[in-house]
Amino acid sequence: MRRPGERWAVSAATLLVIVAAVSAILIAGGYDTSRALTALWNGAFGSPYAVLSATLVRATPLLFVGLAVGLAFRAGVLNIGAEGQLLAGATTAAAVGLFLGGFPRPLALPVVLIAGAAAGSAWAGVAAWLKQQFGVLEVISTLMLNFVAAYMVSWAVRGPLQEPTHVYPQTVELADAVRLPALFAGHRLHLGFLLGLALAVALWWFLMHTAAGFRVRAVGAGASAARSAGGINAARTATLVFVASGALAGLGGASEVTGVTFSLYEGISPGYGYSAIAVALLARLHPLAIVATALLFGALESGASAMQRDANVPSVIATVIEALVVLGVLALDHARASRES
Amino acid sequence: MADTFGDFLQASVRTATPLALAAYGELVVERAGIINLGLEGAIIAGAFGALVGAGAGGIGAGFAVAMIAGCAATAVVALVVLWLRADAIIAGTAVTMLALGLTGTLYRSLYGAQGAALSVPTLSPQALPLLADVPWLGRALFVQPVITYALYGLAAALWWWMTRTHAGLALRAVGERPVAAFAAGISPVRVQALALLFGGAMGGLAGGVLVLAQVGTFAEGMSSGRGFIAIAIVVLGRWSPLGVAAAALLFGVASQLQYVFQSLGWSVPYQLFLALPYVLTLLALAGTQRRAEAPAALGKPLDDDTR
Amino acid sequence: MAGHARGCSVEFCGGAYRIVSDTTLALRAIDKRFGATTALVTASLTVRRGTLHAVLGENGAGKTTLMRIAFGMLRPDAGTLAIDDRPVSLTSSADAMQHGLGMVHQHFTLVPAMTTAENIALGGHGMFRAREAAARVRSLGEQTGLAVDPDARVSSLGVGAQQRVEILKALAGNARTLILDEPTAVLTPRETEELFRWLRRYVADGGTAVLVTHKLQEALSIADDVTVLRRGANVLTAPAAGLQVDDLVRALTGEDHAEQPLRARAAAARGASVARLVDACARDARGVVRVQAATIECFAGEIVGIAGIEGSGVHELLRLLAGRLTPFAGSAKLPTTVGFVPEDRQRDALVEEFSLTENFCLRGATARTGRISWPAIAEQTGAAMRAHDVRAPSPATLAGALSGGNQQKFVLGRELDAHPALVVAENPVRGLDHLATEQVLRELEHAADAGSAVVLYSGDLDELLPVADRMFVMFAGRLREVPVTRSAVASALVGAS
Repeated sequence: MRRPGERWAVSAATLLVIVAAVSAILIAGGYDTSRALTALWNGAFGSPYAVLSATLVRATPLLFVGLAVGLAFRAGVLNIGAEGQLLAGATTAAAVGLFLGGFPRPLALPVVLIAGAAAGSAWAGVAAWLKQQFGVLEVISTLMLNFVAAYMVSWAVRGPLQEPTHVYPQTVELADAVRLPALFAGHRLHLGFLLGLALAVALWWFLMHTAAGFRVRAVGAGASAARSAGGINAARTATLVFVASGALAGLGGASEVTGVTFSLYEGISPGYGYSAIAVALLARLHPLAIVATALLFGALESGASAMQRDANVPSVIATVIEALVVLGVLALDHARASRES
Repeated sequence: MADTFGDFLQASVRTATPLALAAYGELVVERAGIINLGLEGAIIAGAFGALVGAGAGGIGAGFAVAMIAGCAATAVVALVVLWLRADAIIAGTAVTMLALGLTGTLYRSLYGAQGAALSVPTLSPQALPLLADVPWLGRALFVQPVITYALYGLAAALWWWMTRTHAGLALRAVGERPVAAFAAGISPVRVQALALLFGGAMGGLAGGVLVLAQVGTFAEGMSSGRGFIAIAIVVLGRWSPLGVAAAALLFGVASQLQYVFQSLGWSVPYQLFLALPYVLTLLALAGTQRRAEAPAALGKPLDDDTR
Repeated sequence: MAGHARGCSVEFCGGAYRIVSDTTLALRAIDKRFGATTALVTASLTVRRGTLHAVLGENGAGKTTLMRIAFGMLRPDAGTLAIDDRPVSLTSSADAMQHGLGMVHQHFTLVPAMTTAENIALGGHGMFRAREAAARVRSLGEQTGLAVDPDARVSSLGVGAQQRVEILKALAGNARTLILDEPTAVLTPRETEELFRWLRRYVADGGTAVLVTHKLQEALSIADDVTVLRRGANVLTAPAAGLQVDDLVRALTGEDHAEQPLRARAAAARGASVARLVDACARDARGVVRVQAATIECFAGEIVGIAGIEGSGVHELLRLLAGRLTPFAGSAKLPTTVGFVPEDRQRDALVEEFSLTENFCLRGATARTGRISWPAIAEQTGAAMRAHDVRAPSPATLAGALSGGNQQKFVLGRELDAHPALVVAENPVRGLDHLATEQVLRELEHAADAGSAVVLYSGDLDELLPVADRMFVMFAGRLREVPVTRSAVASALVGAS
């Protein structure tokens, strides 16, 4: 891309194309398109409940993992394992939260969140180590670890962390002391959202205004020049970013458990880690833009649920849209690149 | 005891069948120099295609539609990687996401949101005369659905094709040193595109096996990472047809271990066994001297002037 | 039985009379550009049947490009090709092979993991029978006098043997005209002798060969005809019999007084020793030893010129001096600040999607800590841009938007801004137009005048000789100091003298 504005043009064009494609799918599927789209809108923005208890709440974990994936991709690390890192964080947060329920909140809650972040970074660390030592492609290793994490959750909620009656595969609810406070009475939006926003700003500042962040960007944008002209240790930078990315995803999991679900159960993540890829790519890996795309996809997923309730359109269509976003960005990037040469 | 062991072996081969099919497809693709992460997408597409095809025209139609669906999924990867020149990793991941989402969407909209157990006819094991009576191995290898016998044939044919035809030679050249193939008059792009289509068809077939020879129905995400396990099998099998067979069997055995443990009365959480193939994949990728045997140009995009 | 009339011969072949053209290969008025670089301008080549035709030219004269066009691997922007006097338009190397051309590439196009027989058979159709293929290779080997083991893996063969396989590959395709691109660049003198003996036999038996080479003496001794390319055009075509080495040198360089020193720079005042390599040895990225026992000392205020053909180890030597590569034997004493201008600026010196300011910040990036004040760096960048005449709208412009010349001036400006004690420049003016070339070379001279030690590598002796205070030549991994005269450098480049 020769001028910065062109990257955003690609994103905007991608969105338009996809809206058109989705409408086409709806029409072809014989759905009541206007009813479906109305339901989509209402489900996302149509009422205070929609905004404060659905859209923004769904956007929160997407924000954390979107930042995680965005940071990793910025350094050239293809972290497809945000899903597993999120689950590792959620599990650890639940376990620690159950343990620390009796302590005062200012003490217990931060510890729980930090534990979740640490678990996420450790989970990413396994893949980072495999890449560093054995040259294992991080795409495959992080994917495998996603599956392992899911089974780990399954074992935890049916085993050591299961609620006392041993009937349901989930933990007991967390005590108040380890819950993120809600921001508005009667709505589900919680402090985690603000934490995510703060992290987005911090990450933006880090990448754009600090020397270390500059080095991260250099390694991702031109590893050879970074090494040769800048003397930067590209491999070590990539590893550090990988682990930090895991921490962000783990924090996202901890935030979900302490802010929304208040317990751990199977299926706690309906694929946030994969949606995050679309969130990050559409935002061209820019932390502040990731806030916007996370909100967009949160709206999309809330709307999709409503679309299923009111117009019988399967909600999983959201995944299709996200995949089309990625492909769309790839295609339009190519179109621009070939027009220039 | 012998019976249990025999059951165990037979189940291992049955589990290994779809893995081997997908792995052979990936073997051809990687021998041409591409790592196809869209294989998972091809498998789930094939599974869904099998459901649709079988519902319309029986098992044969099911397998046919499965292969076409898998082929279509990987065709998108081919387009994005070879024409748009995008990174193969991102393209493959996107196609897998797309396939998972589309099959889920289509399944719910065509067959209902709750997915009442829609069942299709499945292949039952057919014993091969004489061969089935071989002690120990007979039941395991030769009392299987026909598709497994097709797999044996495929493995042999693939080995023969790769070592005894010029086309197989060309494939290997493209994956080792594309410029050499180009200078010999071969078109690396064409070879890679055809390899991808074959890989997709095999992935689709694997998905078909899941539905038409094992589960008898479709469930969202039922591919469960088998596409990525297949990639690990290719690595573990050192990119050779015989090695792939052995590695696939190993994974089949690993996934059946939980039943052996159960019958021995050892209680170990079942999740451990379900996670075992994935952990094994990680170990396999770390442990094998990947660089030594891999096609030299694997994972490297083609140069502009030698396509 | 043969007759000869008006450029054609009549020969009896396969039971019938056939009119065979006297000219097997003719390229006329070929133009070829790569982006902003012109590789060939109305270049031409006419090869007579049954002769050994040598094509000479310095680095960048266009020899390899012309051969690739002849072999169908590239399409010319203008001009015509004729094979056996019939105009052809080649779309691929397979096409060229069908017309009876065979090419032995400078960088072997063999698959290391496959056997000799498999490599030679590559590109065929239908069934592949290893034993038949091996037998065919053996018989072809006997016929042509090139012995190779059909079942050996190419990766296990030595360079000379690999080249024999390349040649056999071309001959196996029934090539009547063989093109060899710098075949002796990687051979030992004895292997070269063997190759040339074989080539003369091949030509005597009726084949035609085109030999692209640097080696003036040998070209004269074995070739029937000689063509000299300079700056993308044909400047001389004549039978070898009437030519001397001096004639060739004159044609190659375009000058009459090849012996006179071409110093245009005032004698430099030599300052303190700034950098020193003593018996330094280095490997390339693949682990192959490229530099053997290099010894060189650089002084402040001096410009040291380095020449070396591709593959001689120059690439690794420059990186040793720039501190980007560590010697595995011997020693390297370098100053703390070294400016490095690498040849592939778009990959190794610049991040194209970063702004000029961000690219400026790359230098010394590891030393920076904490917050970056972009306005301050932007100002520095702007000042450097003005000082070095980098034409761009502002420091915020993306590096990828600049022309090659401005990119290079920017990189140089960035490196010089730190007033480094040593500046290493690798082919800094490659691909630049005349004005930008002048500017860059002037900058380097100013840097030397201001007290830096400058090491300059160029493939073009015209750029190097006027500014160098001392000259070193790299050949086959060994570094030698030579007098600053064209003939001394030219002969050291090819290992002669």
